[in-house]
Amino acid sequence: MHAGCVSNGASSPPPTAPGATADPAEVARSVVAAHRGDRGALLPILHGVQHALGYVPTEVVPVIAAELNLSRADVHGVVSFYRDFRRTSPGRTVVGLCRAEACQAVGADALAAQVEARLGVECGATRADGGVTLDEVFCLGNCALGPAAIVDGRVLGRVTVDTVAALVDSPADAPAGSPAQPEGVGA
Amino acid sequence: MSRTVYVPRDSAARSVGADGVAARVGQAAAGADGVTLVRNGSRGLLWLEPLVEVSVDGGPRHAFGPVAPRDVAGLLEAGLLDADPADPSSALAGHPLHLGETEKLEWLASQNRLTFGRVGVVDPLSADDYLAHGGTEGLRKALSMAPEEVVAEVTASGLRGRGGAGFPAGVKWKTVADATADIKFICCNADEGDSGTFADRMLLEGDPFSTIEGMTVAASAVGAREGYVYIRSEYPDAVATLTSAVEIAYARGWLGENILGSGLDFDLFVRVGAGAYICGEETSMLESLEGKRAVVRAKPPLPALQGLFGRPTVVNNLLTLATVPAVLSGGAQAYADLGVGRSRGTQVFQVAGNVRQGGIVETAFGVTLGELVERWGGGTASGRPVRAVQVGGPLGAYLPPSRFDLPMDYEAFAAVKAMVGHGGVVVFDDTVDMAVMARFAMHFCAEESCGKCTPCRIGATRGVETLDRIRAGVDREKNLALLDDLCTLMTDGSLCAMGGLTPMPVRSAIEHWPEDFHREPVPVSIGRHRPGRDAASAGPVYTPANASVAASLGAPAGSAPSTNEEVAP
Ligand SMILES: Cc1cc2nc3c(=O)[nH]c(=O)nc-3n(C[C@H](O)[C@H](O)[C@H](O)COP(=O)(O)O)c2cc1C
Ligand code: SF4
Ligand code: FES
Repeated sequence: MHAGCVSNGASSPPPTAPGATADPAEVARSVVAAHRGDRGALLPILHGVQHALGYVPTEVVPVIAAELNLSRADVHGVVSFYRDFRRTSPGRTVVGLCRAEACQAVGADALAAQVEARLGVECGATRADGGVTLDEVFCLGNCALGPAAIVDGRVLGRVTVDTVAALVDSPADAPAGSPAQPEGVGA
Repeated sequence: MSRTVYVPRDSAARSVGADGVAARVGQAAAGADGVTLVRNGSRGLLWLEPLVEVSVDGGPRHAFGPVAPRDVAGLLEAGLLDADPADPSSALAGHPLHLGETEKLEWLASQNRLTFGRVGVVDPLSADDYLAHGGTEGLRKALSMAPEEVVAEVTASGLRGRGGAGFPAGVKWKTVADATADIKFICCNADEGDSGTFADRMLLEGDPFSTIEGMTVAASAVGAREGYVYIRSEYPDAVATLTSAVEIAYARGWLGENILGSGLDFDLFVRVGAGAYICGEETSMLESLEGKRAVVRAKPPLPALQGLFGRPTVVNNLLTLATVPAVLSGGAQAYADLGVGRSRGTQVFQVAGNVRQGGIVETAFGVTLGELVERWGGGTASGRPVRAVQVGGPLGAYLPPSRFDLPMDYEAFAAVKAMVGHGGVVVFDDTVDMAVMARFAMHFCAEESCGKCTPCRIGATRGVETLDRIRAGVDREKNLALLDDLCTLMTDGSLCAMGGLTPMPVRSAIEHWPEDFHREPVPVSIGRHRPGRDAASAGPVYTPANASVAASLGAPAGSAPSTNEEVAP
C-alpha cells in the first residue's frame, strides 16, 4: 500500500513534540521502521527525523546507515547534499525569505536587509538567543504576491518587515513591545 | 433558498488572509440556514485574492475581491448570506468589492481553461464534485481502449512536455510501452523550482485528482505498476492536499487494485524534495527518489528505458500528465486544433513579479508575450515602465518590450535564443539593474549546481566573479570578453541544462541592456556569497580607486582552481 509522506517543508516549524527530549537514535529507528518496504526511503526517513527532532543530529547518521545497510558516508552525503536538512537545532521560529527573481522584482533584496536588521540575525543563521533562524529560499510558488516568505511552514505574501517581525520573538536586547500582527495575515 | 460561499484554500490566497476571511464567514454561516462554505482552489486572479464567491440556488457565481478579513463584517452587513448579488438594487450587488459574475470577468472569460478547467471551480477534495465536472471521463475512455491506441491518441494531440524541453509526450510513452521489464514506473515531476511559476502548485491544491487520473492513464498506456509524485518541500499545502486526494482515490477505487473494474493495478506514492533546484532535472529527480544525492545522470541511457531503479520510466511534468485526461475526453483533434506551429493545445502561463494583475493565464499557444504582460498583466505593479521580462525561469532569457510581439511558441522563442519553459513570465520595471540579474543567474547556478561537471560547478563561480569585476569597473572590456568565453564553455561543455542554459539569461541581459554593464562602477566584493548587499562583506572590496590592484589579482576564468569547496548545494 501507499505510504503518503506528508513531510515538513522548507522552514517547517520546529517541533514542540516529545521528540525534542527523546533519544535521537530511538526516534531514528522508529522512523525507519515506519518506512520499511518503501523504495528508496532515505529522503522520507530524513524528513521524518527532522520533523520529530527539528534537525538531523550527527549521531543518527550511523543509526540510519546500519538500519538501511548503507555506509555512513552514503547517508552523510545525502544529508549534506540537500539544503533542507539541518545539522543543528533551529531557532524557535524559522523564517525563510524568498530571494528568487520574481520576488527580487518587488524588492526582496531590500526586504532581506530590513529583516536582518530588525530581527538581529543574518540570512543563513540562527540568532544567538535561539529565537529565530533566518533562511533564504528560492521561490515558494507565490510569485504574483511577492515578496514572499515562509514562517514555520506557513507561506506569506506581500511581506513587509513588520509582517515578519510580528511573528518572531524580539531579540532579547530589543525594546519591549513588538508591532501588532498586521491585518490580512491573521488566521 | 440555498447558498454557497467560496473562500479559496490555495496557499497564495491563504498567504494574504484567506483563512481569516473563511473563519469569519464560517462563524456567521454557522448561524444561517442553508449556507455552505466551500474552500475551493484559486481562480488564478491572484491580485484579487482573497477572492470570495457567492452562488444562490446553484445560480452563477458572483465574485468579491480582494476581501481582507476586516472587510467581512461589511460584506455580511450588505447581505453576503442573504441577499441576491444578481439583483442590481441589492446592497450586496452595490458593494465596492463586488466584481460581477465570475465567469464573465474579462480577464477570465478571455482564457481557454482546459488543464485548469476545474481549478477554483470545485472543492479540491470532493470526489463527487470531481465526477460532476467531468472527472474520470478520460480514464474511463483510456480503459476502454487498447494501450497502443491511448499512446496514439496522446501523440496525435500534439501534447508536448510542459516541464521545459517540450518533448512530445506520446513519443516518450511509446518508448516506455515498447520496453519490457519486471516493473515500470510513472514519475510526475512537481518540483517546479523556476521562479515565477506556480501552475503545478495551484493544480495540486485546486484539482489534485486530475494529476492522479493522468498518471493512471499513463500507467494503463505503458503498463506501469507504480507511480511517484515528486513535490518540492517549499509546497507544504500541495503535499497535504495531494496526500489526502490519494487516500480518497484509493477509497473510490481510482487507485490500487483492479481500478474501476478494469483489471489495472496502480499504486501512487507522494514524495517530498529537500530544497535542491537540480531535483527538477529528471535524472536528478530519479536519484533523489532512489534516496541518493541528486547528482545528474549522463544520458543515454534514457530514463524511458532505464529510469527509476533502472526500470523503464515515464517522467513527465505535472501539467503534462494532468492535461492527458482532458485530451482524451475532448478528443486529440480538438486539442490539436488549438495553438500554432508545432506548439499545440493550451499552455498555462503564469504572470508574476512586478505586475499589476498577476496570476494564471491558460490560453492557446500563439498569444504574444506583450498580451500576457499588458492585456492580462496590466503592466507593472509599481506603475513604472516595464524594462525586462524573464520567460521560462532562472535559465530563461530576459526580453525587452521591443520583443513583445513574440508569439508564445517553443520554436519562435528558440529562434531568438529564448525559451518558453514552464510558462513563467516575470516582469521587472525600469529600476532593475540587469548586471545584477546576470550576476544572480550565475550565483544561482553556482549555488544549485549538482557538482558533477566542471563547466557548471566552477564556471558559474567564475561567472559571478567576472560579473563582479565588470560591475566594479575592473578591465571591463577584457572581462566582458572573458564572460562571453565562459558562457560558450558552459553552453557547450555542461552535462545538463543547468550549466548549459545559465548563459541564456546572462547573454540576453548583455545583448539587450549593454548600458547596465557600463554604469558608474560600484564598490563590489568579488565573489561574495550573497548578491545585493556588497558593502557589508568581509571579503576584499574593490573600488574604482584600487581597480588596477584588483585586476592584477583577478585570475582568468576557467583556469584557476575552484574556490567553491562545497561541491553540493
Ligand atoms: C536544471 C533543470 C531543472 C528542471 N526543473 C524542472 C521542474 O521543476 N519541473 C519539470 O517538470 N521539469 C523540470 N526540468 C525538465 C526535466 O528534466 C524533464 O525534461 C521533464 O520533467 C520531462 O517532463 P515533460 O516532458 O512532461 O516536460 C528541469 C530540467 C533542468 C535541466
Ligand atoms: S551542468 Fe551543473 S547541474 Fe548539470 S550535471 Fe553538470 S554540474 Fe550538475
Ligand atoms: S519568486 Fe518568490 S515566491 Fe516565487
